[in-house]
Amino acid sequence: MVETKHLTCICCPMGCQISVDMEDGKVLKITGNTCKRGEIYAAKEVVSPTRVVTTTVKVDGGELPVVSVKTEKDIPKGKIFDVMSVVEEIHVKAPVAIGDVILPDVAGTGVNIVATKNIAKAG
Amino acid sequence: MKNCDLVIIGGGPAGLAAAVSAYDAGIRDILILERDNCLGGILNQCIHNGFGLHTFKEELTGPEYADRFIRQVLERKIEYRLSTMVMDITPDKIVTAMNREDGMFQLKARAVILAMGCRERPRGALNIPGFRPAGIFSAGTAQRLINIEGYMPGREVVILGSGDIGLIMARRMTLEGAKVKVVAEIMPYSGGLKRNIVQCLDDFGIPLKLSHTLVDIRGKERVEGVTIAQVDEHMKPIPGTEEDYSCDTVLLSVGLLPENELSKCAGVALNPVTRGAFVNDRLETSIDGVFACGNVLHVHDLVDYVSEEAASAGRHAAEYITSGEKKSDSAVPVRAVDGVRYTVPTTVDPKLCDEMVTVRFRVGKVFKNSFISVYLDDERIQHRKKQIMAPGEMEQVILPKKTLLARDGLKEITVRIEEA
Repeated sequence: MVETKHLTCICCPMGCQISVDMEDGKVLKITGNTCKRGEIYAAKEVVSPTRVVTTTVKVDGGELPVVSVKTEKDIPKGKIFDVMSVVEEIHVKAPVAIGDVILPDVAGTGVNIVATKNIAKAG
Repeated sequence: MKNCDLVIIGGGPAGLAAAVSAYDAGIRDILILERDNCLGGILNQCIHNGFGLHTFKEELTGPEYADRFIRQVLERKIEYRLSTMVMDITPDKIVTAMNREDGMFQLKARAVILAMGCRERPRGALNIPGFRPAGIFSAGTAQRLINIEGYMPGREVVILGSGDIGLIMARRMTLEGAKVKVVAEIMPYSGGLKRNIVQCLDDFGIPLKLSHTLVDIRGKERVEGVTIAQVDEHMKPIPGTEEDYSCDTVLLSVGLLPENELSKCAGVALNPVTRGAFVNDRLETSIDGVFACGNVLHVHDLVDYVSEEAASAGRHAAEYITSGEKKSDSAVPVRAVDGVRYTVPTTVDPKLCDEMVTVRFRVGKVFKNSFISVYLDDERIQHRKKQIMAPGEMEQVILPKKTLLARDGLKEITVRIEEA
């Protein structure tokens, strides 16, 4: 059965409304885009949408109470809240440096959580 | 009073890039004055990614982008003072500042770079009726509370304004477990990037209501709810379209204002459209030796352009310090007309300018399949088609010095949008 998915292109401010006809998880036809970039974006977005998650982790003994972190690579969009619920529980000890692995393989994604800020020890 | 070749007001992205480029142009006696307790400015709280695609060809978070420049400043051993508030700048470039260690102090600068950034338009500027309960924040304040101080400002949220900070905060609060009920935007289009609309709102099913505004905030101690209504073409609420939302938090993302109090002290002439200084092609203000760059000059969309502009300001300030004031007797005005709201710079001197002059501007509304045109007097010298232009995104044209010089008696340069 052919199923049509609708999405907004994010490649430029045009924001083309793209429709993707799909059957059995395969892309049949992409319409509504006005350039090649839109087609590439839509083809990936309907099959395996991914996002980089950025959030904060609690820091013990640091000059600031939290350190900003990110998933080192993009993760499946459907895993965003799984990642959040794991990261929420973490505490790290100061000092923390940019690039430090805070948690390896978060929520079974195979992707590390890494620090994006330097936090020195308090005092 | 101490002398200093170059005083840079502000240690955010603009101040850092200006300092690095002035140093690389040969200036050693540089002092950055920063009011916060760390360098990096607003980037420290912008923990989302997407910064640096132009500058570093990779997607960084705000703190990572800032760190790249902070390291360059540290490597060059450029001097800076944190937790230092600049109180005054005089027209002859005496800078008065204070902090806890040094108390009040004055510096006589040969050149000054204004890099103070901008701040958010507050509730007071909007005339939203209702009480003044706790729970109303500017989006940037909420961002600071969550991302730096580790506090969660609320659980049920309504956001007014669809600027990028508001969109980013809709996602951020959702990730932290809050329920963002709606984003209301008074304009018929969003001021934010498409990418943010999709990834911050659509991803989480948060509705964006265009041509809607806040007409009431309820609650006496804490926000209890708001009323949103549709607006007509004059931005007046349409009776009968009101909808109530219960919420404990209201975020305002309703525009950024360059922070030019110090510029005014120095007597710098300000452009009422950008609320930033009028500058020439060297990014020098109406006061000799006082330069401006970044969001204090005009609000930018991407930090990459801030860094680029600030590097230019740093280079020109260095030139001013080493070779003295360039006496300009042939400055040509740049006019912004037909859909172009403003240009930076507003004058170009063909004899003194760089080989290539970047003129940045914003359009006043959404244009589709239109042309960016540049005229030297009556002759059109550039005509470039753009599929889309929107007020939320900065545009630019590049003027070659050769072309400007080739035209004797040039009276004015005009940048306009021509619709197909």
